[in-house]
Amino acid sequence: MNIQISRRNVLLGSGALIVSFSLAGSMADAQVQGGTKPLTLTEVDSFLAIDGNGKVTVYSGKVDLGTGISTALRQIVAEELDVPIEHIELIQGDTLITPNQGTTWASVSVQVGGMQLRQASAAARQMLLSEAERRLGTGQLTVTEGVISGGGKKVSYGELVGGKNFAIKLDPKQPVKEKAPKDYKVVGRATPRVDIPAKMTGHFTYMQDFKVPGMLHGRVVRPAAIGAKLESVDDSALKNIPGIVKVVREGDFLGVVASNEWDAIRGAAAIRATWSKSETLPDQAKLWDHVRATKVAKEEVTSNIGNTSEAMGKDGAKVVKATYDFAIHTHGSIGPSCAIAEFKDGALTSWSASQATHNLRRQLALMFSLPVDKVRCIYVEGSGCYGRNGHEDAAADAALLAKAVGKPVRVQWSRADEHGWDPKGPPTLMDMRASLDAGGNVTAWEGDFYMPQQTPGGFLVPLVAATLSGMPAGNDIAPGNVFQNSAIQYKFANIKTVCKRLETTPLRPSWIRTPGRLQNSYANECFMDELAAAANMDPLEFRRKYLDDKRGLELLDRLVALAKWEKRPSPQKGVNGNVVKGRGASYVKYELVRTYIGAVAEVEVERSTGVIHVPKFYVVHDCGQIINPDGLKNQIEGNVMQTVSRTLIEELKFDRSRVTSLDWASYPILKFPQMPEIVIELVDRPTEKPWGAGEPTSAVVSSAISNAVFDATGVRLRSVPYTPAKVKAAIQAS
Amino acid sequence: MAKTKPLTVNGNRVSIDSDDPEMPLLYVLRDNLGLHGPRFGCGLGQCGACTVHIDGKAVRSCITPLSAVDSSAKVVTLEGLGSPEKPHPVQKAFIDEQAAQCGYCINGMIMQSAAFLATNKKPSDEEIKAALAENLCRCGTHARILRAVKRASSQI
Repeated sequence: MNIQISRRNVLLGSGALIVSFSLAGSMADAQVQGGTKPLTLTEVDSFLAIDGNGKVTVYSGKVDLGTGISTALRQIVAEELDVPIEHIELIQGDTLITPNQGTTWASVSVQVGGMQLRQASAAARQMLLSEAERRLGTGQLTVTEGVISGGGKKVSYGELVGGKNFAIKLDPKQPVKEKAPKDYKVVGRATPRVDIPAKMTGHFTYMQDFKVPGMLHGRVVRPAAIGAKLESVDDSALKNIPGIVKVVREGDFLGVVASNEWDAIRGAAAIRATWSKSETLPDQAKLWDHVRATKVAKEEVTSNIGNTSEAMGKDGAKVVKATYDFAIHTHGSIGPSCAIAEFKDGALTSWSASQATHNLRRQLALMFSLPVDKVRCIYVEGSGCYGRNGHEDAAADAALLAKAVGKPVRVQWSRADEHGWDPKGPPTLMDMRASLDAGGNVTAWEGDFYMPQQTPGGFLVPLVAATLSGMPAGNDIAPGNVFQNSAIQYKFANIKTVCKRLETTPLRPSWIRTPGRLQNSYANECFMDELAAAANMDPLEFRRKYLDDKRGLELLDRLVALAKWEKRPSPQKGVNGNVVKGRGASYVKYELVRTYIGAVAEVEVERSTGVIHVPKFYVVHDCGQIINPDGLKNQIEGNVMQTVSRTLIEELKFDRSRVTSLDWASYPILKFPQMPEIVIELVDRPTEKPWGAGEPTSAVVSSAISNAVFDATGVRLRSVPYTPAKVKAAIQAS
Repeated sequence: MAKTKPLTVNGNRVSIDSDDPEMPLLYVLRDNLGLHGPRFGCGLGQCGACTVHIDGKAVRSCITPLSAVDSSAKVVTLEGLGSPEKPHPVQKAFIDEQAAQCGYCINGMIMQSAAFLATNKKPSDEEIKAALAENLCRCGTHARILRAVKRASSQI
């Protein structure tokens, strides 16, 4: 046990730091006003407060991006504290009052953020019990719904600590003992999401619904080309629009502020601006030549075992080579980004659905030359973002306009803003080589992965408004740990994988669900399948041969049973007709250290048109301890559907000047008639650590489909998306 | 000059002040009336997030100008369909199936489904998919939405 009670008098009620919260303000406000709300990761009070009525307030730096973690995090706290889930309020991503637990990404909200909350809750519970022991005079205590009983007497959490600080230090090196998983009543059970009833009835307030008093509405007039200079502005047509407040021009940033939303929209459309010609983008038809010719800023060797250059092709081993590419994708949030900003008394308050409010605060402080503590960024849940989309840029737009008019301004991006200007999942190119001996054994494996560099200094994607206006801005390239899963999970004697980190990439890069892990796993798991075919082996048997990970092997056993996998090499023989069917497998251990996913895709390929349909997709998923099995299934289903869409049809289009996929017609996503049936088996391991599930399943989808198409047709698809034109051409060439 | 137009929204008679008859109904509902159900998604009638009912038919409010809405028409939004306390059978089915992730598109899914089920009470899976084909969801909640509409169809 490691609880340092630094200010025990606080809990014991000496009155030294008693905080009044009887007014409308929350516990958080009270603590802030009292100056007692700590934010460090080593204080229980950073994460938790309990008021006099026993209501628990949880302060989470991790935010719910529509994945359901606001329910999962409540479950974790409810379990550890023994309080009903309804007694918990969750405050997310407010830089003034929530601890900085890092960006909400990479499927670590439960794995990291949730475990910090579990520790804080366990420490709080321990102290509450020891205090109850003192008050009730017995150590034989039970806790039910936040009330501690013993010796025929009762005392509630609210009575013990209500409104006061815990003042307990946490030491990650000496964790507090947590509840035994065998005693769990909330964690591990399918728990209805707390946000869903309001969302189904129009009573939920998304960022897009959020309002502040006196708020005006802003819209930005986007440049005609990336890098274009604003040459002239004719706003004479705006005099007919009654609500126009101001046209704001700052460098190449052009915006309009109006008293109401429709007038802001009309105003932005009515402005006539001329822009200089700018052609900074490569010819999309030659994108992969461009990527290959881009200067390599750094070579990152992500694995180097044995000696591949010596072993490759040695003693007559057959060398197999393949090149894969993965298109530029956009996040495609259904609700375009939205933010509100207000400057007051020299300080900036920004409301947005940013996945990284603490990072956004640094960026806005830089942009407006403010000390960081003069910027408060508050998370308000928006439409799903799947990574760093346009939320932060909308926040910068709103702040720039708010400063110009001296009033709070809301900026709602248009569909064209979101498709055209949110940062993109960068193009990725992968060269694979391996050699097989006469017995079909892999003697060497090499992979070169071409992806943008990641500049030092964090994950700060430059803000569009800062770039356009010429205000202070970082110049980072921040694609988001995209090297992950370039190294492989299979045991070969000789392996070398290298990430060629490119100096530039055509469009502002960021991260989209499963960044890098999806692209790299796609190449690795397709190439593994190519080797299995070259060795004339069943693709899953071939993988098993090079695995020694027990959990991974168990997962594949379960996958074989779930998908009724028939053991045989691909492609299948004796297939006739225009519509051919096949099945393909894929397996990934996420980042080689956590969540295991195995998948089987069933496909139908119409040979005459090249159209692929995925009628069924099987997933076996092991992320250790499961917090909310229904929430987990929801995430897995989402990963599959979204990535089937990305794999089959998605590709962002651009000309030499700008993005040309500006709506859902020019960047379609998969619709209901094309949806696969998804069959899921969860492996629950209550006594293991909980790992993430928000993105790992996406890593297996593109490869499973490609491998299934090979099984059906004998044709390898090595270029995402697998558009009908590409598929038809590949079939005709075979 | 601002003109006043009466409308019936969720059973209430309201008057809308607007100087532009071409203003889409979406902004009337969201900004003039403060409703959260209909959502801005594309402004192009491509995604369905803004769907409302006009006289029982599912309509894309983002491309429906105020001038095109008859004052005698009955406009119903997600809020008018049901409440958290008394949800419409389709809303209840979506809650029971936990058919949302971010939930931003769900207004359109529910409004489209409710209008569809009013005309086809026992649809097949394929008919439901066809009815929702022009409603986009990026989170990939399709399997749950399909189950929810099936569930609702058995309860209407």
